[in-house]
Amino acid sequence: MRIVQHIRKAYASRRIKRPNRNLAVDIILTIFLGSFGLFSILPLVFIISNAFKPLNEIFLFPPKLFVQNPTLDNFRDLFTIIGNSWIPFSRYIFNTVFLTLLGTAGTVLIGSMAAFPLAKYEFPGSKVMSNMIVYSLMFSSSVTGIPNYIIMSKLGMIDTYWSVVIPAIGSTLGLFLMKNNMVSIPMSLIESAKMDGASEYRIFFSIAMPLCKPAWITLIIFSFQSLWGATGGSFIYSEKLKPVSYALSQIVSAGVVRTGVASAVSLIMLIVPITVFIISQSNVIETMASSGIKE
Amino acid sequence: MSNIGTSIKNNRIFSISPFAKKKKREKQSLLSIWQQHKEKYIMIAPFALIFICFTLVPIVVSIVISFTSFNMLEFPKWVGLDNYINLLVYDDVFLIAVKNTLFFALITGPISYIMCFVFSWLINELPPKVRAVMTLVFYAPSISGNAYMIWKLLFSSDMYGYMNAWLMKFGFIKEPILWFESKQYIMPILIIVQLWLSLGVSFLSFIAGLQSIDKTMYEAARIDGVKNRWQELWYITLPAMKQHLMFGAVMQITSSLSVSGISMELAGFPSVEYAGHTILTHLHDYGNIRYEMGYASAIATILFFIMMFSNIIVQKFLRRVGE
Repeated sequence: MRIVQHIRKAYASRRIKRPNRNLAVDIILTIFLGSFGLFSILPLVFIISNAFKPLNEIFLFPPKLFVQNPTLDNFRDLFTIIGNSWIPFSRYIFNTVFLTLLGTAGTVLIGSMAAFPLAKYEFPGSKVMSNMIVYSLMFSSSVTGIPNYIIMSKLGMIDTYWSVVIPAIGSTLGLFLMKNNMVSIPMSLIESAKMDGASEYRIFFSIAMPLCKPAWITLIIFSFQSLWGATGGSFIYSEKLKPVSYALSQIVSAGVVRTGVASAVSLIMLIVPITVFIISQSNVIETMASSGIKE
Repeated sequence: MSNIGTSIKNNRIFSISPFAKKKKREKQSLLSIWQQHKEKYIMIAPFALIFICFTLVPIVVSIVISFTSFNMLEFPKWVGLDNYINLLVYDDVFLIAVKNTLFFALITGPISYIMCFVFSWLINELPPKVRAVMTLVFYAPSISGNAYMIWKLLFSSDMYGYMNAWLMKFGFIKEPILWFESKQYIMPILIIVQLWLSLGVSFLSFIAGLQSIDKTMYEAARIDGVKNRWQELWYITLPAMKQHLMFGAVMQITSSLSVSGISMELAGFPSVEYAGHTILTHLHDYGNIRYEMGYASAIATILFFIMMFSNIIVQKFLRRVGE
């Protein structure tokens, strides 16, 4: 009896928290979400279970979604290969971590800093700049590669970390995202901060950024994801500056014998972005539940 | 007397001369603009510098290259509008590509956009912990690299492909369908895969946007007589999300018009009878295989104008939401 009462109470308190909802629609929508979710999570499940498959199961056709006899062989093979590489593997890891952290921090800081005045003020040049940023997203990057390369080599950035980090910092996507989020910051907050003698920088750091936390956390995810997978392409050719994803793709490209290793590699490359994703997403939710700083 | 007269005259000439006056005012105003907005310009400067160097200048250079013939070995040769004329008048494959791309974008663009919003809105209703998990679940195809390869298994052309195996098991077909070798199936499959991949950037930005809506607005609306979730959606959520909706629209327009990767991976390149040929695969053909950069740049420029045009239309439409 106690339990029933407890459940009733819990449901009643939920109803108070969420009025304007009814149970039937809730259930239908949950089923709808769940079934699409199953469809979406499929590749992730496939990658995870593939990493633990022995070779004969990987080559099984038609492939099985779930692993039958899980094994850690693929990881063991991978670590043997890694141990034999002529540049210590920690160097590749350092490169990737360095590139990713610097690039992500730069994107968030420099992008948001530029987004703030563009979102909240009108001044000569602000409209032109905003439009250029939006429309530059629409030009296919596959033809700008050559002019880009020439500019980088003129600036002496080829074969340095900067060739990856600096273009990433200038990501127009980041600025565009931040700008659209900052538009909704109430002007009255900014005005009153100004009355108290705060500079624009101060307003940006202590009002705009805290209010836009969900936006820049989302930006961290985008930036992290793209930099983590960056191979350096044609901009970095020194072996000791290459990132992990390049080294791993070299290991994988050695042919069919490495298929098992390849599936372990895909899982390892995924773990970090997914961890970052989960941490940052739960962070968004926590902060917004506790803050409530609005007009 | 005459001295005074000339000095007055001079003075008058000096003060009346419109040219001098205008020049003086402009100089002053430039300076005052700087003084008034100094902090804002300084905040923008680092980004602007990078943006100009690595985005704006390369784009402008590419547009200029589109008026030349450039094979990457010799210096570009000016050919005027030749590239554009060839593309629009003589290049039949390009016209197929444009037709395919527009068809593809007209279907995937709006549907994926609505999907992004509906899913983020539904997820937003869930309790926090579940919400974080569900966000990951729906974002999974975008985070797991070339995840769409799983579709290649599904639509494999022999009887072992899942789709063929199922259809044969239940007796719909007698022999396996060659999914990516027959013209009529390529486009529909590409559309399905693109929709499945589409919960990406806009989806996460919508989630962030929904998080930052002021909760007290819903309470206020309830007092004003908003009765169910659909009214809440139309009168509060959508108007509050306007900026995010605009952002999402730009992202969906660019992603649905610039499809190429999935087409080349799944349908092959070139695809059967160009059924999966898009503007960007055409660009890939000229830019990365034939090295005709002038022609490739012209394709990019045309795509750019198509996107710009669709963006203007969509933004006009979105301004009316919730009004």
